Amino acid sequence: MGTFIPNTNKQRDEMLGDIGLNGMDDLFRDLPSRCIYNDMLDIPKGLSEIEVVESITKISKKNKVFDKILRGAGSYNHYIPTTVPSIASKEEFLTAYTPYQGEISQGILQSIFEYQTMICEITGMQYSNASVYDGATAAAEAINMCVDKKHDNVLIAETVDKRIIDTIYTYNLGKNININIIPMKDGELDKNALKDMIGDDSACLLIQQPNYYGILEDVDNIESVVHNAGVKLIMSCYPTSLGLLKTPGEYGADIAVGDGQPLGLDVAYGGPYLGFMATKKSMFRKLPGRIVGQTVDCNDNKGYVLTLQAREQHIRREKAGSNICSNQAHCALKIAIYLSTLGKEGFKEVAIQCASKAAYLQNELSKIGLNLVYKKSYFNEFVVKCKNRDDILKRLEENNILGGLPLDNDKILWCVTELIKKEDMDKVVNIVKEVNDELDI
Amino acid sequence: MNYPKDLLYSKSHEWIKYEDKIVIIGITDYAQDSLGDIVFINLPEDGDEVEKGEAFSDVESVKAVSDVISPVTGTICEVNEELLDSPEKINENPYDAWLIKAKEVIDHEDFMNAEEYEVFLKKQ
Repeated sequence: MGTFIPNTNKQRDEMLGDIGLNGMDDLFRDLPSRCIYNDMLDIPKGLSEIEVVESITKISKKNKVFDKILRGAGSYNHYIPTTVPSIASKEEFLTAYTPYQGEISQGILQSIFEYQTMICEITGMQYSNASVYDGATAAAEAINMCVDKKHDNVLIAETVDKRIIDTIYTYNLGKNININIIPMKDGELDKNALKDMIGDDSACLLIQQPNYYGILEDVDNIESVVHNAGVKLIMSCYPTSLGLLKTPGEYGADIAVGDGQPLGLDVAYGGPYLGFMATKKSMFRKLPGRIVGQTVDCNDNKGYVLTLQAREQHIRREKAGSNICSNQAHCALKIAIYLSTLGKEGFKEVAIQCASKAAYLQNELSKIGLNLVYKKSYFNEFVVKCKNRDDILKRLEENNILGGLPLDNDKILWCVTELIKKEDMDKVVNIVKEVNDELDI
Repeated sequence: MNYPKDLLYSKSHEWIKYEDKIVIIGITDYAQDSLGDIVFINLPEDGDEVEKGEAFSDVESVKAVSDVISPVTGTICEVNEELLDSPEKINENPYDAWLIKAKEVIDHEDFMNAEEYEVFLKKQ
């Protein structure tokens, strides 16, 4: 394979000659000799392209790739239109790293501006940033926007994804913030506990909609409790559900966050994913990270700039509101392409298909005795009691189907997206029935 | 530039006015002019304590965010909340647009009078 250093030996010698040095060693002569490693590095010889492809393919075969996926719990297997990889891999967009002089890349800034506009449209909020690393980071940053000297108490619903809560703990290590988890009752936030725990020093409440168990929280009532107490409401949302459900903007939430993965990004362990963040006018100056704005130049031509970064760490250093100073530009581009491809109707259609198909599977499972653990409204995920949980999941796996996520006490959290057909669900139900019949004789 | 004679001034460009035992604090004409158009202000709250040499507020202009340093140590007894909605008042009339009033002032920086402040500015 080629070398990462583009200079030829001749060019290198010329450069060294120009500054009066005899060789590369001369260039490092100021370094103490104990800092210089003189032996050869113990790394294998270079490989040919064919060898590289072969060895990577071999490693990738260790992955188990399922035909059908009925598991969500944070990552969702949605259809990605071919426009997404096709446009996003154009070399004008596919660069190795962020342009530090942002304005020099008008195309990238425009793509981020379009992304921000679409995030505002789907969340019903007024201001979006250019994105952060993932949904959990976005939730932690949103909490950061709400906490101040007098309001250092953070409330989080127990029904929020535990990994998000863990990230918030990590984020706030070393800060004087108290985190209080509001317990759940019957699969949703316990509103009585909320009323008891909310106080004068509460900064914000973080809820997830739909929550980790797929259930729709009673946001209307939660919102009034929270806002009557003068506390901010942060909603972490599954973006696909916003095609059907009431938006955070309509609920009156102060900040909407979530993971953008379902909007055209591959399901992948380790990402890259994207965290979206949007807020309303009264809080937009606290929005961390990059924000792209549209403006006109001195000749009245439309142009894009990085804006409102006055509180960022490269400007305010230790007094910055946040340490986030980059974004997931390429993922944001993919999301902008995904949402443009779907359009308003397509976006709604995906949400309707997810909800309708999930309702079908849940109904079919209940017919064979697998009942809902929580009899509540849900979007496309639901928890059922499955006494032969592990055997069922194993049999599904043998049929190349990834079943729902196993939860404690013989429960399974199922998830259905538009990629699951009726035949697939009928097959799943048959397999479940088969396993139960075999084991229950 | 205008530097009223009845005010005191700090090296970090705040003006100070004593009214009985209350101290009124704002930013000077020089400060507002250097910042440019002010678009946003973060203010502390009534009851907060301020310490001399420490930031108690920040103002955001079209150029940057800058801290406002407290020239006194004491307790805030009133905040000019009108500025939250119309921070441009600081540009329009910096000596009318006070930021905070403080009581129980137990310490303060070395202040300058208007004349000394103008000499100080010339050396900047």
